[in-house]
Amino acid sequence: MPPLNFSIILPLLVLTVWACLLLLVDLFVKNKGITALLAALGLAISLGITLSQVGATGTSFNNMVVLDGFSTFVNALLLVSGLFGIALAYGYVKRMGIERGEYYTLLLFSVVGMMLMAQAADLIIVFLALEMLSIPLYVLAAFARPNVNSEEAGLKYFLLGAFSTGFVVYGIALVFGATRTTSLAGIVSAANAASSGTSSLLLLTIGSALILVGLGFKVAAVPFHMWTPDVYQGAPSAVTAFMAAGAKIAGFAALLRVFSLAFPSLASDITPIIAVISALTMIVGNIIAIAQTNIKRLLAYSSIAHAGYILMAFVPYGQKGVVATSVAAGLFYLVSYALTNFGAWAVVIALEKAEGNPSTGSGQRGLEIADYAGIGRKHPALAAAMTVFMFSLTGIPPTLGFVGKFYLFRAAIAGQFYLLAVIGVLTSLISAYYYLRVVVTMYMREGEPETTSEPWLNLTWGLAAVLTVIVSLVPAPLFDWASQAVLKLF
Amino acid sequence: MIPINYYIALSAILFTIGALGVLVRRNPLIIFMSIELMLNAANLAIVAFTRVYQILEGQIFVFFVMTVAAAEVAVGLALIVAIFRTKHSINIDEMNNLKG
Repeated sequence: MPPLNFSIILPLLVLTVWACLLLLVDLFVKNKGITALLAALGLAISLGITLSQVGATGTSFNNMVVLDGFSTFVNALLLVSGLFGIALAYGYVKRMGIERGEYYTLLLFSVVGMMLMAQAADLIIVFLALEMLSIPLYVLAAFARPNVNSEEAGLKYFLLGAFSTGFVVYGIALVFGATRTTSLAGIVSAANAASSGTSSLLLLTIGSALILVGLGFKVAAVPFHMWTPDVYQGAPSAVTAFMAAGAKIAGFAALLRVFSLAFPSLASDITPIIAVISALTMIVGNIIAIAQTNIKRLLAYSSIAHAGYILMAFVPYGQKGVVATSVAAGLFYLVSYALTNFGAWAVVIALEKAEGNPSTGSGQRGLEIADYAGIGRKHPALAAAMTVFMFSLTGIPPTLGFVGKFYLFRAAIAGQFYLLAVIGVLTSLISAYYYLRVVVTMYMREGEPETTSEPWLNLTWGLAAVLTVIVSLVPAPLFDWASQAVLKLF
Repeated sequence: MIPINYYIALSAILFTIGALGVLVRRNPLIIFMSIELMLNAANLAIVAFTRVYQILEGQIFVFFVMTVAAAEVAVGLALIVAIFRTKHSINIDEMNNLKG
């Protein structure tokens, strides 16, 4: 048996141990702010190790986990998302009266699961990572207990999350039955060998479709999106922000690993399915978002719509020449979505107020779009930042969202999915209506908005806004890194 | 020996019953049991395949599934208890604070 190479998962290990220790340390720390800072420190250390691994490759644990450019890229993105998540939560949990030390520990464990997902080279690890990232998120969604909205969000997320897990596990069982292995590399060779019309090919096709359904739930793709608006609305805003970015990144990392590595031989069957899901997700997400008056629900439907755009990157996964640029475009879009998402949620948190009756959940103020009236006059910087985020989500230059969509549509056209690219452009036009409505409300309506100003929160939306604009002006280095990251995959 | 097809058919039937149960039942506890049924349908399929192919990988996977399912139960029941304390009811149809 080869010796275990722990350096492959060193960032993960450090974070796991750190989270366990934090759970203990938290018992003796009265000021939960210190717990938050320690958690952020752990993420920062792990991020440092991850960045030092750029360019390194290798496998470990009997080829169950893999370290490559892709995993390093995604891990770095996830760790930064975790840092943003803590920055958003730091003041928010105090203000909402839900400050408990477990928040940060759960967040760390969830990040560990997401990172494991990016490094998985075996379906067993995919499953374990999926659960490791989901279970802490179920708890976090219900963290504002006894607020009934938060509990309801937690239960809905839990039931549908567990339901989707059932699909993934059954899918893995069938794939295992067809290929006699759970390792992704083993599945590739077995799948290539499976001749058409045999029962093992049938099992493989059904199994991969079930895995697609399960992961579709996780990334909130239509028609598996029903839980998203309720959960995003009911969960504490800081949790939603982290969930929207982190779970999406990890879900797409898993989709990419499983489908582009293990199932290229099924591309002719799966590609049309992913194309239809992607188109439906863009259309349904953007159209239902128009009717929303609650900003959290609006952002939830926006996140569904963006899952559709990112899925577009996976449509040509069976075409050798196109898949690398297309997946690199998908990674780039994930970065742009994560950044914009955290910024937009930071603004939502700045306007949210703790008032209201917790047991009925009603009367929470500051979450309707109408509450944004007058920000343009009273808080010009906040309004400018929100404008940048709304532009970026729509895809208007000069923002990161525009560059991301440009790369994505270009990849779709290169893969000759013209219809999909047209749908993408048209739905972006539709989305302009509801995103710009927020901007119009901020600048053109009179109102007396109350906002909260906290150093970490201000830093989050400020930094996100500045980066959204600056990186969009010089996108090449980031896109090159993304291209480098996927280069060794294919 | 019972042919493998029988096991796979049984597991497919169990999985379908589980999935339907999740969709039609209104009590979170029953929904939860249905989810467990789905997971155990998968376990049955894996164990059957493992027995036929004589490889251990699948058995290990089954252990992981069982362990993770237990962890999920802990979180799920806690959530259900918490919501019962607030609402004095766990009927899914009454969970309609969030909609739109």
